[in-house]
Amino acid sequence: MSGRIHSIDTFGTVDGPGIRFVLFMQGCALRCDFCHNPDTWDTAGGRQVEVEDILSEIEPYLPYYQGSGGGITVTGGEPTLQAPFVAKLFKACKERFGLHTALDSSGFCDPTHAGELMSYTDLVLLDLKQLNPDKHIRLTSQPHDRILKFASWLSEIRKPVWIRHVLIPGHTDDKEDLSLLGQFMGELSNVERLELLPYHEMGVYKWERLGKDYPLAGVRPPDEEEVKRARRIIEESARSVGTAHA
Amino acid sequence: MATTEKDRAIRTTVNEAWRGFAFGEWTKGIDVNSFIEKNLTSYEGDERFLAGPTDRTTSLWDQVSILLKEERERGGVHDIDVHTISTITSHGPGYIDKEKETIVGLQTDAPLKRSIQPFCGIRMAIDACEAYGYKLDPEIEAIFRDIRKTHNQGVFDAYTTEMRLARKAGIVTGLPDAYGRGRIIGDYRRAALYGVDALIEAKKADQLALEPDVMSEDVIRLREELSEQIRALSELKEMAAAYGYDISKPARNAGEAVQWLYFAYLAAIKEQNGAAMSLGRVSSFLDIYIERDLQEGTLTEAGAQELVDHFVMKLRLVKFLRTPDYNELFSGDPTWVTESIGGMGLDGRTRVTKNSFRFLHTLYNLGPAPEPNLTVLWSKSLPEAFKTYCARVSAETSSIQYENDDLMRPQFGDDYGIACCVSAMRIGKQMQFFGARANLAKALLYAINGGKDEKLGIQVGPVMAPIISEVLDYSEVMANFDLVMDWLSKLYMNTLNVIHYMHDKYGYERIEMALHDRDIVRTMACGIAGLSVVADSLSAIKHAKVRPIRDERGIAVDFEIIGDYPQYGNNDDRVDDIAVSLVEGFMNRLRGHRAYRDAIPTLSVLTITSNVVYGKKTGTTPDGRKAGEPFAPGANPMHGRDRKGALASLASVAKLPYEHSLDGISNTFSIIPKALGKEEEVRHRNLSALLDGYAASGGHHLNINVFNREQLLDAMEHPESYPQLTIRVSGYAVNFIKLTREQQLDVIGRTFHGEI
Repeated sequence: MSGRIHSIDTFGTVDGPGIRFVLFMQGCALRCDFCHNPDTWDTAGGRQVEVEDILSEIEPYLPYYQGSGGGITVTGGEPTLQAPFVAKLFKACKERFGLHTALDSSGFCDPTHAGELMSYTDLVLLDLKQLNPDKHIRLTSQPHDRILKFASWLSEIRKPVWIRHVLIPGHTDDKEDLSLLGQFMGELSNVERLELLPYHEMGVYKWERLGKDYPLAGVRPPDEEEVKRARRIIEESARSVGTAHA
Repeated sequence: MATTEKDRAIRTTVNEAWRGFAFGEWTKGIDVNSFIEKNLTSYEGDERFLAGPTDRTTSLWDQVSILLKEERERGGVHDIDVHTISTITSHGPGYIDKEKETIVGLQTDAPLKRSIQPFCGIRMAIDACEAYGYKLDPEIEAIFRDIRKTHNQGVFDAYTTEMRLARKAGIVTGLPDAYGRGRIIGDYRRAALYGVDALIEAKKADQLALEPDVMSEDVIRLREELSEQIRALSELKEMAAAYGYDISKPARNAGEAVQWLYFAYLAAIKEQNGAAMSLGRVSSFLDIYIERDLQEGTLTEAGAQELVDHFVMKLRLVKFLRTPDYNELFSGDPTWVTESIGGMGLDGRTRVTKNSFRFLHTLYNLGPAPEPNLTVLWSKSLPEAFKTYCARVSAETSSIQYENDDLMRPQFGDDYGIACCVSAMRIGKQMQFFGARANLAKALLYAINGGKDEKLGIQVGPVMAPIISEVLDYSEVMANFDLVMDWLSKLYMNTLNVIHYMHDKYGYERIEMALHDRDIVRTMACGIAGLSVVADSLSAIKHAKVRPIRDERGIAVDFEIIGDYPQYGNNDDRVDDIAVSLVEGFMNRLRGHRAYRDAIPTLSVLTITSNVVYGKKTGTTPDGRKAGEPFAPGANPMHGRDRKGALASLASVAKLPYEHSLDGISNTFSIIPKALGKEEEVRHRNLSALLDGYAASGGHHLNINVFNREQLLDAMEHPESYPQLTIRVSGYAVNFIKLTREQQLDVIGRTFHGEI
């Protein structure tokens, strides 16, 4: 089976536990203002590869992934757009190499579409971008109902999840929005970790290269204090719901 | 009767000095490794025992920091003694602050005052003085012009026309024909363990045993050298005596052991201005003395650390007078006081000791620094706590390099050290003739242009038909390239033979060789530059279409590349195999030539910082690199072409065969802190796992830099805020702010793993 990919990184350490093989899929339905990989949006871009191609890219580095408690992470773009391909890849990674599998997704995916994929996924890195519905549409071009539905479904099937939230001053750090995120998180039963990702400008050059205007021009990365504050707000609201694990 | 009394006195001193040590082979003859094997205390614990700097250390380092700042402000040289020719005994005692120093000894009578070392080349001394606003004493100039011939003069007396031309074109560059060759490690530990008198006696016995029937040239030379060695050892004693120390007998405690050892090293750097003046493998040796003193209650941990801190401070003050030209090749005023730390013993025990930690800990007590060039001999079997500590030190200081002990131990045993950057040699039993490097990228252009130099426009290489086809054909280029490499390897070896013959004659390393066995292994350490450029060029010719653009002379000055081609650094055998066969092919050619003094030819893939100069001297290459652009350093993939992340990049380099490149394969690896993981502990664990993986896959050497590009850009703008910012380049470390602007830009332009 073939899939469309953007690129690979043999040494990933920030997308899940340990040292990981990171596969960037091509194509995304969202158009997030802060996206640092806008070159992965176009579903017709990238290049076509077979599952076997990827497996042979992984194989030389297995000692690193196995020895460090790492594995494979598939990200993008949006990997669930090519769920059957990723499912087949994960299945092979587990059966052949015994690798831990992680999916880094926006959750913009219908559960019915992801059933098989989830049976071969050990961990979901779920990017919840904005809990305020209007702001979500403005920030990503899409409503978030489908995302929240997907998140709740993951909770129902008890799939371990790390919630990730990109902290953008003035866009995703409003106290109320953060509380909403905390509340939502508190209702889920499967959250192992909350990762706050400070917004950075390292992807800006890609927008320029693609000839696109960068919507967040002038926005600065948050400082350490702001990140701490956000974490406090989210965790407090999650606790107030009472079932949070974060 | 007097003799008997003297013997008894010596025995008493020796017995006192060796009290508590387990005896073995080392008490019957000179054998430092046997001493280490019998007496080493391996350490498997973590760094929590370490002590911070004493007040004395801090205050002394403050004084040194001021001097170093003044040196920078004065354009890189603090002062020059233009009136004295440096020898072991030339300068009286010098101090930083006598009251505070636990280890004494400077190259001249004041810290950072550089000396004149003209035996290998007077031109270098004259030019260096002028470059820094001094004038060399005319009398010294006259002596070395009219009376005493230098190494440099000897070499040029014997060079052939072809050698001169090759040198001018830059197909071979960086040759030690105008300066000291260096890369010889004296076994400085012998002075501490045996005392200098015993070493003199052993040398005399060596000489006495060398009275054969036929006085051949080899025997005559060796007998003369032994006499010189004995003389140098006496001078060493004299130099120490000027500081108030009698080092004729073995050291009796840790303080003396460090001091004796340092005096021996100091004698070497007073006598030789070698390109690399490496220290060897002294930290775990010294640990034996420190352990004994700790046991006897005569030393505390703070005192032990103070000894190491003060010793290291001295090593940071080692300076040589060199020209700005030289600085282009070896940028940032390096001295390569390389100290090899850790590794495993052949008996399966680790050679990591508490003193391995103490040496690395100087990077905190005194702050980061490029010298001494701290080199960890990495093995999968090293204690986990030590591995994690190394990773932490790397992540926090970017000041250490790693070399694969599991790869070197089978070749060199368990008492080898690294000279310069990556050259392993058995200490006291092996030396090398440093051979700089040949420019393989230029050789490839000669193959395309019929032996004409693309810059000079004249015939330098062998006369052959240039390639005139519209699109380069792989087998046609390779056929020519083979001829060029045949020619180059022969010319290169012959050139090195001239150089080292003359160096032995006019710039012999008396004291360093006095700290070797009489009969030693010699290697002829050749090198190549531009490996990744050539591998990618050949891959482009093979897998894409490469159309040369020729000028009116018919020389290819540019190349149009149509289509993609596999690039070195992505773990792709289609190109990596080309790189492997280049190394193997050039090494096999070198093996076919006779080397001076029966040296064994070896090869390194190492450029130091000369990748910039080589690039400048080389035209546009078929891989798409433009004329003048730097090569990648050492065995690194070209910047930005390794697109599959760090592990793929490391895997490509690890394929290069060490057995065909025994003088070392250098890889410089830069990664942004974030890309190692989110939490500090995770970062250290991942870095340690990375080193384990690279070692297990047969990689040889790895420089680790952990920082952000922005930090370097800021340091370029505000150097005054970064006096100690240290980065690893090719096989050594430098103060970033001491690099030339060109080289700073080269470093910043390289691949930083983890950037999106």
